Amino acid sequence: MEDLRGRSVLICTSDQLRAALALIQLDGVARRLILWPPDSSLEHLAAIKEAAEVDAVVSDHSALGGHAIASCQTEWVLLTSGTTGVPKLVVHTLRSLSGAIRLGATMPASPVVWSTFYDIRRYGGLQIFLRAVLTGSPLVLSNPHESLTQFLERAAAHGVTHISGTPSHWRRALMSPAARLIAPQYIRLSGEIADQTILNHLKAFYPKARVSHAFASTEAGVAFEVTDGLAGFPAGLVGQSSEVELQVRDGSLRIRSPRIADQYLGITQPLACDDGFVDTGDIVELHGDRYHFAGRRDGVINVGGQKVHPEEVEAVINAHPDVRMSLVRTRKNSITGALVVADVVLNAEQANGQASTLKSNILLHCRKTLPAHKVPAIINFVPTLAVAETGKLLRHA
Amino acid sequence: MSVRTEVVAQFTQVAEEQNKVLAPLADDLPLLNSGLDSLCFAVIVARLEDALGVDPFSADSDAPFPMTLGDFIRSYENAVPYRDVFTGLFGPGAPPARRRAG
Repeated sequence: MEDLRGRSVLICTSDQLRAALALIQLDGVARRLILWPPDSSLEHLAAIKEAAEVDAVVSDHSALGGHAIASCQTEWVLLTSGTTGVPKLVVHTLRSLSGAIRLGATMPASPVVWSTFYDIRRYGGLQIFLRAVLTGSPLVLSNPHESLTQFLERAAAHGVTHISGTPSHWRRALMSPAARLIAPQYIRLSGEIADQTILNHLKAFYPKARVSHAFASTEAGVAFEVTDGLAGFPAGLVGQSSEVELQVRDGSLRIRSPRIADQYLGITQPLACDDGFVDTGDIVELHGDRYHFAGRRDGVINVGGQKVHPEEVEAVINAHPDVRMSLVRTRKNSITGALVVADVVLNAEQANGQASTLKSNILLHCRKTLPAHKVPAIINFVPTLAVAETGKLLRHA
Repeated sequence: MSVRTEVVAQFTQVAEEQNKVLAPLADDLPLLNSGLDSLCFAVIVARLEDALGVDPFSADSDAPFPMTLGDFIRSYENAVPYRDVFTGLFGPGAPPARRRAG
């Protein structure tokens, strides 16, 4: 690139997208850019090069001779959100980042238009950006200055067919009247535990869409995608020897694959263990032939010595028909150390219902499946729940 | 609602929610015999904190945990700024001599 600084450069590429990329890269660097249109005959090349004083030709094919510029494997460094303090710098390469994206697949029957609620500068959004760019599909970016409703309206106008977001993004989307405007063929969830309720709601709301949830983290990369409509993942995925290896140790899921990040920058903490497995910190529990995500190891609430995962309680509360979404958090208590409390967003239809009756109903519903210490001591009805930039529910320490 | 009524209401509600058989409530009832476990008390204390604005058993108070229901109610009555009918009539400053609530 530095070779081209101040030079007169002819851009001659096999397609428009690559020409566009070269323009973006070289404007402000090269002195002069000559755009070679596809139909120009090579017999004029010498004359044009002379007239424009061309020093270099940028091309993706060898018809013009020349030699390939050696490229290096660039590190792509992402910052993790993390719950405490300084974010960590996670080093990936294009190869590790695009490992989960199948290329060279047959052309889809109808045009694919991607979009995502995420910002593409975070792992979840970056995956979608790469998916679009590497498969040559359009991508509709999110806009932080617009409401969710406006975003959905825009996505609908662009004919978006494939959308990715966190379960919290999707729960809020379903609360918007604009949710009915989009007609996705493929709905992807990642970043948080996808409980059965949100999967069911999406399937019911968008019956023509394939709904899938993917497990990924900035450090571990994309591990797997579940497309059977059920929460959790089949036990059979653990212990198979394939490109992505899964293990469960001390209750948490560990991953080893070509898609995991290389290392952290600036800290001595190793990203993976000596055996190459990354501990995701996500606790999983086996029920029959299926693993379910119980929650983050570092999010456990201790009620008088008994552990509670907030995510597990949220999944139960969310299954109540009057509930749209919930946040379970810890509240300090002088008797048991901590107690579980829940902030609940009701379905619009219930917003004017009798609060005390609704609370009793929800508590009763919780008691059917949860032991006493996991049932929220207090339920607060709230109009909305804060969702972080990452699309995940904001959980304060 | 007086402090006493509020406390009794919470005892009753939590017992019902948690399917506990509540012993007949009297001031001299030892809390250990009430039918409620520590989780129940934790919930009662949390809800009373929302209702009355105080937790007499929090870390910064030296009060020992009460033995009987009467002690429990007294802990709250002592911790709650003068309320009931006269709440708001008197501003900050020494309240008049306390009436025994309930």
